[in-house]
Amino acid sequence: MEFFRIRKDIPFMRHALTFNVISLVTFLLAVFFLVNKGLHFSIEFTGGTLLEVSYAQAPDLDKLRKQMEADGFTDTQVQNFGSSRDVLIRVPLSKDAETSKVGARVMASLARVGAAADSPAAGVAPTLKRVEFVGPQVGKELAADGALALLLVVCGIVLYLAMRFEWRFAISAIIANLHDVIIILGFFALFQWEFSLPVLAAVLAVLGYSVNESVVVFDRVREIFKKKRGLTTPQVLDHAITSTISRTIITHGCTQMMVTSMLIFGGPALHYFALALTIGILFGIYSSVLVASPLVMWMGVSREQFIQVKVEKQEAVV
Amino acid sequence: MNRYPLWKNVTVLLAVVLGLLYTLPNFFGEAPAVQVASVKSTHKVDARLMAQVADALKAASVVPHGIVLDTNSVRVRLNDTDTQLKAKDVIEKAVNPVVADATYSVALNLVSNSPNWLTSIHALPMYLGLDLRGGVHFLLQVDMKGALTKRLDSIGADLRSLLRDKNIRHGGISREGQSVAIRFRDPETRDKTRGVLADSQPDLLLADAQEGADLKLVATLKPEAQKRIQEFAVKQNITTLHNRINELGVAEPVIQQQGVDRIVVQLPGVQDTAKAKDILGRTATLEVRMVDDEASANPGIMEQAARGQPPPGTDYYVERGGRGLLLKKQVVLTGERLTDAQPGFDNQTQEAAVHLSLDSAGARIFKDVTRESVGKRMAILLIEKGKGEVVTAPVIRSEIGGGRVQISGRMSTMEANDVALLLRAGSLAAPMEIIEERTIGPSLGADNIAKGFNSTLWGFAAIAVFMMTYYLLFGLVSVVALSANMLLLVALLSLLQATLTLPGIAAIALALGMAIDSNVLINERVREELRNGSTPQAAITAGYERAWATILDSNVTTLIVGVALLIFGSGPVRGFAVVHCLGILTSLFSSVILSRAVVNLIYGRRRKLDSLSIGQVWKPGLSAK
Repeated sequence: MEFFRIRKDIPFMRHALTFNVISLVTFLLAVFFLVNKGLHFSIEFTGGTLLEVSYAQAPDLDKLRKQMEADGFTDTQVQNFGSSRDVLIRVPLSKDAETSKVGARVMASLARVGAAADSPAAGVAPTLKRVEFVGPQVGKELAADGALALLLVVCGIVLYLAMRFEWRFAISAIIANLHDVIIILGFFALFQWEFSLPVLAAVLAVLGYSVNESVVVFDRVREIFKKKRGLTTPQVLDHAITSTISRTIITHGCTQMMVTSMLIFGGPALHYFALALTIGILFGIYSSVLVASPLVMWMGVSREQFIQVKVEKQEAVV
Repeated sequence: MNRYPLWKNVTVLLAVVLGLLYTLPNFFGEAPAVQVASVKSTHKVDARLMAQVADALKAASVVPHGIVLDTNSVRVRLNDTDTQLKAKDVIEKAVNPVVADATYSVALNLVSNSPNWLTSIHALPMYLGLDLRGGVHFLLQVDMKGALTKRLDSIGADLRSLLRDKNIRHGGISREGQSVAIRFRDPETRDKTRGVLADSQPDLLLADAQEGADLKLVATLKPEAQKRIQEFAVKQNITTLHNRINELGVAEPVIQQQGVDRIVVQLPGVQDTAKAKDILGRTATLEVRMVDDEASANPGIMEQAARGQPPPGTDYYVERGGRGLLLKKQVVLTGERLTDAQPGFDNQTQEAAVHLSLDSAGARIFKDVTRESVGKRMAILLIEKGKGEVVTAPVIRSEIGGGRVQISGRMSTMEANDVALLLRAGSLAAPMEIIEERTIGPSLGADNIAKGFNSTLWGFAAIAVFMMTYYLLFGLVSVVALSANMLLLVALLSLLQATLTLPGIAAIALALGMAIDSNVLINERVREELRNGSTPQAAITAGYERAWATILDSNVTTLIVGVALLIFGSGPVRGFAVVHCLGILTSLFSSVILSRAVVNLIYGRRRKLDSLSIGQVWKPGLSAK
């Protein structure tokens, strides 16, 4: 079996401008959503209390909401989580000193709903499955640490690629892949998906993963530049992309199989993590092949940059 | 010819065998157990205790599955949870004859079912995080300012007795914010004091000040001393938390410092957060202060004080039994000077009492104070949750030396036990606040394991099926390499006892999904070499060699991400990062070295090799279609 039977190099670079315009538009859209809607941060970042409770029978969420309001919880979110019997409650941070006791108070409030209801079905007390409380100090640090991690990743990758390849490759790879990151974030902003710590990890993992893609293509570019004479830069890039495209698609397909499996079997805890990876992988293919390479071309990469070293050596011998 | 030297084959084989060995414990599951650990440093867990436990179980005809002694606990493995509960009661009675004064903590626990020979080579199952096994997680922030204030308070007391020893007359010592001020009437005394303090109190930074007619010497803590005190406060709090949690018998608690001023507490299996918080938050400490007898005897002043307006320099407290008392603000002694507290009975009255032992400095202070204040009343305050209560306020009859003090007075035996326990478990060197809390139910934990496992399993199956149909035999080799990768990764995680969390499982799945990249790169390269007309053997060599540079580059970039996450990540992200990094390392080994070994094994010896089973290799020139 062989999926890709490509006779000639596909002239990707002829359409470089089109690709870049498409990227730019998606990028701007993502930025627009990020600015306009903002990210829906999980309580790990914002601070607050989160409770996951489960009932024997599906409870009436409206009743729960009303009781919570009556008990002085404002701005709480009550929603189903996974199944109709599982309920997720989010309580934002309040100015109260006793923030760490919110969990117990919410449970008391929920128990009152069970006791007050007329129907026997609603009289079932909830069982607590999970409580998470995050104080205000922690959230700010997480955001700062996340930003620092991103910065370290970007610097590290640029430095490594600049060392192994050429600064032009490093810059275009990181631009292409940061553009992926922004697009993932744009999706999270547009659909108001919850941005939690595992999602942050996924986003950074995607950054590393799509840099992989660029590295594979660049590796080929370098090889072709060194081996073959007389090809123009766009031709070299086209050849490099064409000869790696089957590997790119197969690898991404395999990784995506794993991620899809996580999406199906991983349950709500891994849902957004897998979703972030999915978007990252799909855009990763696109950006590493069709964004990074044109960027390298615009920056004026050429054969001389790779064979310079050898020329110098010869001079030294003579 | 594609052959590995012998050492390379042996290395690969060794890695796989070790991988199998260390992965093995994960398959045995866990058995209910009872864990006995010492809560007193004076009682060591030894073979004698093990024999005692075994005898007790024999007497009660409970048949244990095995009794293991490790460095700080005895674990009794049992067949089911019913016998586990029964065994716990039996052991509890046997090792703690006096319930109130428990020497050992007896807790329910789960231990690995893996055979002893595996345990003896440190092959343990992976250490599951709280999100997988259920339990409570707290992140506590230590109030560093509070630690300094407390220290300054006790420095104030030290200075008082120091100046008294040196016969220096001063106009009062008081803590003002983050400094201690000593007042003087004349500059000569101040100079003399400065000399004395400079010699005996190296931690203090002294400065002169003037307030109206009063001359002052203001002492603040040097920055390095502050740092030391804060470090000590966190350590002291950790010790205190250890003691408290031990007294309550939680199996395998995790109490660790995180960052400069934070403490992580993880209590696996504990579901009742309210109780857990109560345990952590209890801050019982002791203070000894003098009673302001004159003011306390004045009904008018007392009435005012009860309404919240005590005379300056005093605090209003209610004694057990309801009578109010005015205590001087100066603290004679704090719980820090305590070395032991035991419940007992008063020799004369047979009342319940708590016997305290003071350290040498405490004993000296106590002796001095009691000598100077014969006939006066001294109050012993128990401060719990920020509220003080006068346990007893006896009249001092004579000088008390030797550092042995007894508190008695309207206490029941139970109360005496509680007070002793709390005092013994120590006070917190600084107040703490819970800034993060997570409770995960045990069913949710098991659920998370199943979900993580299923995702990995099905993802792996899908990749395996695809690889084998697309690359045939080379695909099979890739799948073997991927399985080995998983094996090594799990073995490494088990060996390092790194905490496995749900994001960690996700990282295992992702590591496998990404690791296949290396094999795809290699297989594609081999196909390409064949397409360009290389012989099969040359294609294998060239394919592996050329793919290597690419694999290395792409893995290094991924590793950079892993390391960044490891440095800056906390909680769930760190769990992800650890597995991510390890996964990259194992994948480098398995997908390049191990898969090559397998390929060499299959093809390496054949001199005449016409084709490789790597799926169809389409050549543009030959194919009609």
